[in-house]
Amino acid sequence: MIVATIAFYLFAAVTIAAAFMVISARNPVHSVLFLILAFFSSAWLFVLMGAEFVAMILVIVYVGAVAVLFLFVVMMLDIDFKSLRSEMLNYLPLGGMIGIILLLELGLVASTWVFAPDAASLAAAPAPAADSGVTNAEALGRVIYTQYVYYFQAAGMILLVAMVGAIVLTLRKREGVKRQVIADQVARTPQTGVEVKKVEPGQGI
Amino acid sequence: MAEIFWEYGLPGLIMAGQSLLLMVPLLVLIAFILYADRKVWAAVQLRRGPNVVGPFGLLQSFADLAKFIFKEVVVPAGANKGVFLLAPFVSVVLALSSWAVIPMSDGVVIADINVGILYLFALSSLSVYGIIMAGWASNSKYPFLGALRSAAQMVSYEVSIGFVIVCVLMTAGTLNLSEIVRAQDGNWGLFNWYWLWHLPMFVIFFISALAETNRPPFDLPEAESELVAGYAVEYSSTPYMMMFMAEYVAILTMCALMTILFLGGWLPPVDVAPFNWIPPFFWFWIKTLFIFFLIAMVKAFVPRYRYDQLMRLGWKVFLPISLFWVVLTAGVLVGFDLLPA
Amino acid sequence: MEELLSEYLPILIFMGIAAVIGIALLVLPYLVAPSKPDTEKLSAYECGFDAFDDARMKFDVRFYLVAILFIIFDLEVAFLFPWAVALGDIGMFGFWSMMIFLAILTIGFAYEWKKGALEWE
Repeated sequence: MIVATIAFYLFAAVTIAAAFMVISARNPVHSVLFLILAFFSSAWLFVLMGAEFVAMILVIVYVGAVAVLFLFVVMMLDIDFKSLRSEMLNYLPLGGMIGIILLLELGLVASTWVFAPDAASLAAAPAPAADSGVTNAEALGRVIYTQYVYYFQAAGMILLVAMVGAIVLTLRKREGVKRQVIADQVARTPQTGVEVKKVEPGQGI
Repeated sequence: MAEIFWEYGLPGLIMAGQSLLLMVPLLVLIAFILYADRKVWAAVQLRRGPNVVGPFGLLQSFADLAKFIFKEVVVPAGANKGVFLLAPFVSVVLALSSWAVIPMSDGVVIADINVGILYLFALSSLSVYGIIMAGWASNSKYPFLGALRSAAQMVSYEVSIGFVIVCVLMTAGTLNLSEIVRAQDGNWGLFNWYWLWHLPMFVIFFISALAETNRPPFDLPEAESELVAGYAVEYSSTPYMMMFMAEYVAILTMCALMTILFLGGWLPPVDVAPFNWIPPFFWFWIKTLFIFFLIAMVKAFVPRYRYDQLMRLGWKVFLPISLFWVVLTAGVLVGFDLLPA
Repeated sequence: MEELLSEYLPILIFMGIAAVIGIALLVLPYLVAPSKPDTEKLSAYECGFDAFDDARMKFDVRFYLVAILFIIFDLEVAFLFPWAVALGDIGMFGFWSMMIFLAILTIGFAYEWKKGALEWE
């Protein structure tokens, strides 16, 4: 078990260090790369907790998809980060105040939070024992689609909204672009494609 | 102290030994895969291909390796040096890491994890980073455009790869790669494997694997007539070699994955006398290399796609078909009560 | 638990060895290869002129759209994985619950298609 403990502290330290670098790195692209490192090491933390399915989904969804979009945006949006940075000082008092309020709230929650005594037994679907032979993915699959069906369908709705929203926001039709329409190409016959003209000698067309 | 060594040090050393035992032959194999790729390509075009270094040119890749090592590493002045050198490193580590979970025979695997297929899916979705980083860090126009194309192309085809994997998972009922192979074992030999059940998915997976690894006919990110060498233009010496090594390792991983998902992994095609004499390990590699041969042939005789065609194929053809197949498979499995226990 | 972790340790070691090989390959040419940089050699590869401006530029918003759509479909696939494994345990209800989910997303997909978001020019 000592290896697991060492691994935990290693990955926890990497996660925190990477997270710190995300907010302190000068170059925004470096920030995103550190964010990826933070995701990656938190995936290993999930593995150490025995949540291998969640770990893999974290990597697939956050690192493989969301961070790609982040990287696209910061790499190629061509924002002048230097001017943004100089403006930052103006917002420092306001930002600092929000940060302090958040910290106070967190402290309040942490100091007064109590678990209901029977909270653990109230969970609708207790996690299967580690030696029962039921894998993570199976255990999740047994409850998501039946017990938590409303949340599941709500997730579907949210994805639909996201899809429509993305299209409404970003889709711009450009005029005068030639597109290939395969059906039209295939449907072309000699009759529609070729015109035979009878040319009188000496007349031209 | 000695106790700690016996408890942790020795197993650790054994694991490291196993890893090396896999990785070194794998890298040597990659050298010959490269050679085979060039030979197949040459043969299709009635050329000889590499034939000077060693008998039949067999040692060509090793000569290339030596040459790469003795070349100067040029890091462009405008480049972001750290990210520039990190890109090939990340590519190689991610590509090699996939092999930790691939079962080459019953029990012959470095780590037999429960979510093996997700691990491979995750790593293949990460491979886009090496390319984006290379393209951005170079601070040059061709690499930048190559990286953009590559990123959009890889994510587009990953969706259909995901759906194809789901189809196989439903029929096998597990995320463990070894279990998926075992689920294909049956009296019907090779007709029990999933290539027959999921033939359209096998085809889609094969083509998507080409797109995912930037192989011709989908090698637009490195289309030499348009972008010179795409995201690798500014690279030289071993960083360049590492980018391409990673690409070939990724291709071989895709071949192995196809073997496991559709061609019954290490299982012999028919369980009768001459066939089951061959050890399962060799069956795995025969199938994997056969698929690699197909990929090499595709490179030789399929013309390159145009970018709009490529995106259309991914989003408008493969995605709907594979989604439909997921529904169909689930419907058949549930309707006829064929689900794995 | 113990068993599960012992499956992941080899992966960590494997990645470590891959990293060592990667670093070795990166460092090797710095040790043995010549290094004589000059301005021409270090300039970005272009048509023979010096580059006029920074290569990192704004590009078509379509690439972002592709990335966003990919995230959505990736999440859809992520929801399908546990369902595919547990299909035998959750019966008809689980099956239809996923069919409704897929139907909702197919509406979105049809919308994309109709709007021409999947077209590339």
